[in-house]
Amino acid sequence: MTTTPTDTAKISVRRVRKTFDLKNSEFVALESVSLDIADNEFVTVVGPSGCGKSTLMNILAGLETPTSGHAVVDGKDVRGPGPERGVIFQQYALFPWLTVRKNIEFGLKVAGLRAAERRQRAEYFIHMVGLDQFADALPKMLSGGMKQRCAIARAYAVNPSILLMDEPFGALDALTRVTLQEQLLGTWSREKRTVMFITHDVDEAVFLANRVVVMAARPGRIYDIVDVDLPFPRTEEVRLSPEFGELRNRVWHSVYHQTPGVAAGHASS
Amino acid sequence: MTASTPRTSRNGAVGNPAASAADPASQPPAQDARATATQPPDSAEPPSPPGGRSTKRRPGKRTGLRILNAVSIVGGITIWWALAVSGFEFPTPPEVVETAIELWNDGILQEDVVASLTRVLAGFIAGSAVAIPVGFLMGWYTVARGLFEPWIQFFRTIPPLALLPVVLVLMGIGELPKVFVIFLAAFLACVISTYQGVVNVDRTLINAARVLGARNGTIFLRVVVPASTPFILVGMRVGLGSAWATLVAAELLAAQAGLGYRMQQAQYYYDTATIFVGIVVIGVLGLVMDRLLLFADTKLTGWQERR
Repeated sequence: MTTTPTDTAKISVRRVRKTFDLKNSEFVALESVSLDIADNEFVTVVGPSGCGKSTLMNILAGLETPTSGHAVVDGKDVRGPGPERGVIFQQYALFPWLTVRKNIEFGLKVAGLRAAERRQRAEYFIHMVGLDQFADALPKMLSGGMKQRCAIARAYAVNPSILLMDEPFGALDALTRVTLQEQLLGTWSREKRTVMFITHDVDEAVFLANRVVVMAARPGRIYDIVDVDLPFPRTEEVRLSPEFGELRNRVWHSVYHQTPGVAAGHASS
Repeated sequence: MTASTPRTSRNGAVGNPAASAADPASQPPAQDARATATQPPDSAEPPSPPGGRSTKRRPGKRTGLRILNAVSIVGGITIWWALAVSGFEFPTPPEVVETAIELWNDGILQEDVVASLTRVLAGFIAGSAVAIPVGFLMGWYTVARGLFEPWIQFFRTIPPLALLPVVLVLMGIGELPKVFVIFLAAFLACVISTYQGVVNVDRTLINAARVLGARNGTIFLRVVVPASTPFILVGMRVGLGSAWATLVAAELLAAQAGLGYRMQQAQYYYDTATIFVGIVVIGVLGLVMDRLLLFADTKLTGWQERR
């Protein structure tokens, strides 16, 4: 370990810089990004396209390596992907040849659990996301919302220490979105995890989070951090409250009226 | 990108000739019975692209289609018959049936069918059995691709039959040279398709497996293999068509038994009826084998989302 982040942080991003080589220049996807996320915190990351929010998530997932700096989860430098960091993709990424149940059991099988144990765990998470009736259906039979619920169950099943979600509801219609947001929070309150949730939807960012991280593009950086001190459970009442509206406006302003060159500096919780 | 995947980049440089071969494969095949029904079994063309056709047809529509099929077949035979009667050098349908029965009673037809089927199956099975692992290796390991690719690209441009003369010289006039050219035909069709299947595996699925803790071996067996299956089956169907085409031509050139040989012999005696029997039997056998593969396809790749 080359860094000793603050002991309280579950996820710690330290001066992460990520560049991609273009034909004859280099594209700075992330410029000196630092961020601490506390245990069981729900952090949403919102920002314009090209701000590097997905890159940041991929670095934490271990699917990409930072050009410099460190991503630390549970006190360990992230090196490659691992089941302790669950990832939920926008495109669901269910294995289309496996049933819902087998998809959820995939990670458990990789972990070497016995069939009976796998089945029992899978059953629990199938029930958690309300897919009991579709346990033996193939993904092609499911709607987008059901697919994403299955993907959430699959990520939960391997008991990850953190959950990384990359615009998981981005491909869903507005009504399904709202339902899934509420269900996700319900799941989260029962099965507490540290969550980093990427979105481009300001409402979604505020509704789900303890804290909203606003990013800016060119170069990708943290622009602003907004604490969301709304009560849980987040009900429709909360969503329609003036406090929610205020926070939403604040985040909206941060996302859509960014002053060039401003960065939030080394933000921490 | 993290380092550890030996997988090659998605837009791999298999170069131009491969692009044409990739075409059948680049659209993961959906099953479309109607589209392939019209396809001659000896065609080297890929099975028709799945396209946007709705595969769910109401029973009424289906029956209508069947009736049209029947009308078309009866009509075709009628035209044939009419042409034969009006002075073309054609045998009439009853003459062909008669000849077929004669050949059967003499045991010649069975002997020819067995000879031809043995060759085509041996070549086709061996070709596919070698093509699938080679295709996987090429898709998964850059080294394997670098080593195999030039040879595959080279031999792809040569009709396997064009190699027959040299193969005959090298392997004698037994069964081996014929099976070998059929093997080559089936292999080349299947290897490119398998390779394309591996290269086209959705990156997100591989990432999903990795974040669930899977290592390369597991990813290969549990993600890459199933995801490539539709491509492999397309390759096998194309390979089967090309194996048939090669078989008959090889038998026309060098054989002592088999459907192609029998037709060649009949030609010397202006025995058009026997030639027609050969044509019909080849067509029917090819169709039956294609149907069997199609059936396997529906069983194995029914999970695909139809577009």
